[in-house]
Amino acid sequence: MGFDRRDFLKLSVATASTCLTGKQANAASGKQVQTDIGDTFAMLNDSTKCIGCRGCQVACKQRKGLEPAGSNHLYDMPTELNSKNLTLIKLYKGADEHSFVKRQCMHCYEPACVSACLVSALEKDINGIVKYDSDKCIGCRYCMVACPFSVPAYEYESPDPYVVKCDFCEDIITTGGQPRCASVCPSGAIKFGKRADLLKEARERINEAPDRYIDHIYGEKEAGGTSVLYLSGVDFDKLGMDTNLGDKSYPDMTKGFLSSVPLVLTIWPMLLMGAWAFSTKEEETAGNQISEEEVQS
Amino acid sequence: MSKVSTQSWAQEKLFLGMPFGSYFRSLLIPFNIFAFLILCVGIPITWIRFSQGLGAVTNLSDNNPWGLWIGFDVLCGVALAAGGFIIAAVVHIFKLKDYYPIVRPAILTGFLGYFFVVVGLLFDLGHPLRLPFPVFVTYGVTSVMFLVAWHVFLYLTIQFIEFSPVIFEWLGWNKARRLALKLTIGATVLGVILSTLHQSALGALFLLAPGKLHPLWYSTYIPVFFFISAIAAGISMVIFESTFSHRIFHSQIDEKDQKGFNKLILGLGKAGAIVMFTYFCLKLLGIAHSNNWYLLGTSYGQWFLLEVLGFVLGPCLLYVYGVRNLNPTAVKIAAVWSILGIILNRVNVSMVAFNWKMAERYFPSWMELVVTITIITLGLLTFRWVVNRMPVLYVHPDYPRED
Repeated sequence: MGFDRRDFLKLSVATASTCLTGKQANAASGKQVQTDIGDTFAMLNDSTKCIGCRGCQVACKQRKGLEPAGSNHLYDMPTELNSKNLTLIKLYKGADEHSFVKRQCMHCYEPACVSACLVSALEKDINGIVKYDSDKCIGCRYCMVACPFSVPAYEYESPDPYVVKCDFCEDIITTGGQPRCASVCPSGAIKFGKRADLLKEARERINEAPDRYIDHIYGEKEAGGTSVLYLSGVDFDKLGMDTNLGDKSYPDMTKGFLSSVPLVLTIWPMLLMGAWAFSTKEEETAGNQISEEEVQS
Repeated sequence: MSKVSTQSWAQEKLFLGMPFGSYFRSLLIPFNIFAFLILCVGIPITWIRFSQGLGAVTNLSDNNPWGLWIGFDVLCGVALAAGGFIIAAVVHIFKLKDYYPIVRPAILTGFLGYFFVVVGLLFDLGHPLRLPFPVFVTYGVTSVMFLVAWHVFLYLTIQFIEFSPVIFEWLGWNKARRLALKLTIGATVLGVILSTLHQSALGALFLLAPGKLHPLWYSTYIPVFFFISAIAAGISMVIFESTFSHRIFHSQIDEKDQKGFNKLILGLGKAGAIVMFTYFCLKLLGIAHSNNWYLLGTSYGQWFLLEVLGFVLGPCLLYVYGVRNLNPTAVKIAAVWSILGIILNRVNVSMVAFNWKMAERYFPSWMELVVTITIITLGLLTFRWVVNRMPVLYVHPDYPRED
C-alpha cells in the first residue's frame, strides 16, 4: 500500500488543524481564580435582623437609575428579581414563624455563569466580583441557564438587550466604600467586608445565640462557596434557597467533558485515517506509488 | 452542455431552461402557495422580533431563557443534520460505494440543516450581529458553548467544501471542482471529528444545570446520549429525506439508482436498528449509573418511559422488523418514528424536564412557532431550489461518478 507525499501532507494538515483546535480545548479546562477566597469582598445577610423596610431595594434602584415598577406614577413593589430589580426582599410567613430574606447575585467563588460564557462577558475579578461586560455579550443567555441561583435577568423588552444582575457596586467598593444596599440598611442585617472575617463573625453569631439561628451559613460551601453569605432563623429552603445544590463547584461539572475534547481531536484522526487507508484498495493507490526517481533524489 | 447556445446564463442556470414567464407559472403549485402564505406571516413577525425585541414575540422569561428556538431549531436541527457526516464517512472513509447515490443529498441536507440552525440562532440571540464574536473577537474558553460555536462555524465551512464539487459541476468550473474533490478525504475526517465533539457538546451544555434538569434526563453521560442519538437521527433523516426525494424528484434519478434504492434503505435500516438499540442501552445505563430507578414511578418517570420505550425501543424494534423481513416500508416508518423520538428527547431536555421544579412553565407563543415553521419552509425551498438545478440526485453527464 502506497503512502506518498500527498497522503502524508493530508495527514499533516489533519494533525496540524487538530493541534490548533486542540489548544483552545486544553486551555478550556485550566482556568483558575487567582485570589484567596477569604480575602475577597463579601456580604453577610442576616435574615434574623432584617426588618423588611426594603431600603436596600430603593438604594439599589437609585444607584443604577432603574425604573420603578408601575404606571401613571403609581408604583409597586416587584415580586421577583428581574432586569429592573437587582436585589429584592421577600417575606416567608409560616404558621408561627416568619423571616425576610434578601436576594441578589451570590458572586460565587467559582461561578457557573463565568464558565458558561463563551465570550468572556462574565468574569470573576480578583476582588471577588462577578463582572459583566455588556460590550462582549452576544445574548445567548447560557449564563441564565447555568446559574444555580437563577439570578441573571434579561432585557427581553428591549431590541438592544443585555443581561442584568447585581455588580456588587463595583465602583464604590473598589474605592473603599460599601455597596449601597449595605450602607443604607438601618438594622445591620447587611454587613459588608472580607469573606474570611464575615464567615468568622457569622460563626460567632451562631455560637452566641444558637436558639436564634439555624446552624448553617448558607453560601459557605454551596456550589463551591459564594461571596454572599446568609444566616437565618428558619430553614433555608423555606426562604426559597436551594438546599440541594451541594458543595461541588459548577465549572468542575463540564471539566470532564472539556478535557475529553483534546483526546477526540488526537485519536479520531488516527482511527479515521486508518479506516480510510485500510478500505482503500490497492489498485486505487497504485497510481500514487512513489516512483524510483523520487526515492533516489 | 449542449443547450447553452440558445439560452442565456440566467435562463439555463436559474430558470430551469424556461423563459421567465413560463418559469414563473411553473411555480404556481400548492406547496409554493402554502409556503408563500407562511412567509406572509413569518416575515412580519421577523420584523417585530428584531425591531421590538425578544419579549414582543416570545414567551421567554428570566427563568426560561431558552425556548423553542434553541430547543427545537438548534438542538433538533443539529441532530437531524447529522446525516451529512455519517454518509460522507460511510462513502469516503469506509468506502461503501453502494451508498454513493445518497451522499450528495445527505451532505446537502446537512449543510442546509446547519445553515438554518444558524438562522434560527440569529433569531434567538439578543445581539445577532455579534454572532462572530466567539470566533473572531472575544474568547470564553471555559465554555462548552464556545466549543459549539467554533465547531459549528468550522463544520459549516467543511460542509460547504464537501458540497462545493456539486456547485462547480453546475457552473462548469472544472479546475475548482478538481481542487475541491482533492479536499474530500480531509474534509470528511475533519467533519466526523467536529461532529463528534459538537453533537456531544450540545448535550454537555446541560451539565451545568443539575438542579434545573430532571434527574431522569440529567446524567453525566448526557454528551454521549446526544452524540449517539444524533447518529440515529442522522441515519433516520437520510432514510426520510431520500424517500421524500425519490417521490418528489423521481424524474431526476436514473434507473440504476432507483433499482438499488430499497436495498440502500434496508442497509440504512440495519444501521438505524443497531444505533437505536445502542442508544436505548445507554439510556438504561444512565438510570442505572445515577440509580434513578425509583423515579420511574413518578409522573415524570412515566413521561421518561414513554420517551425511552415508546420512541427509542419502539422504532428500534420496527427497524429490526423491517430489516429482517426485507420490508423497506417498515424501515421508512421506523425512520420517521425515530426522528420523532429524537425530537421528543431534545424537547424534553430543553423544555419539558427543564425547570421541572418551578411553578412557572414555558410554552412557546404562536409567533415563536411561526418563526420555526418559516425557517423550516425556507430550508425546504432552498433544498428544492438546489436539487432542481445542481447535480445532487442525478449524475451530471459531463462528470460521471468515479465508481
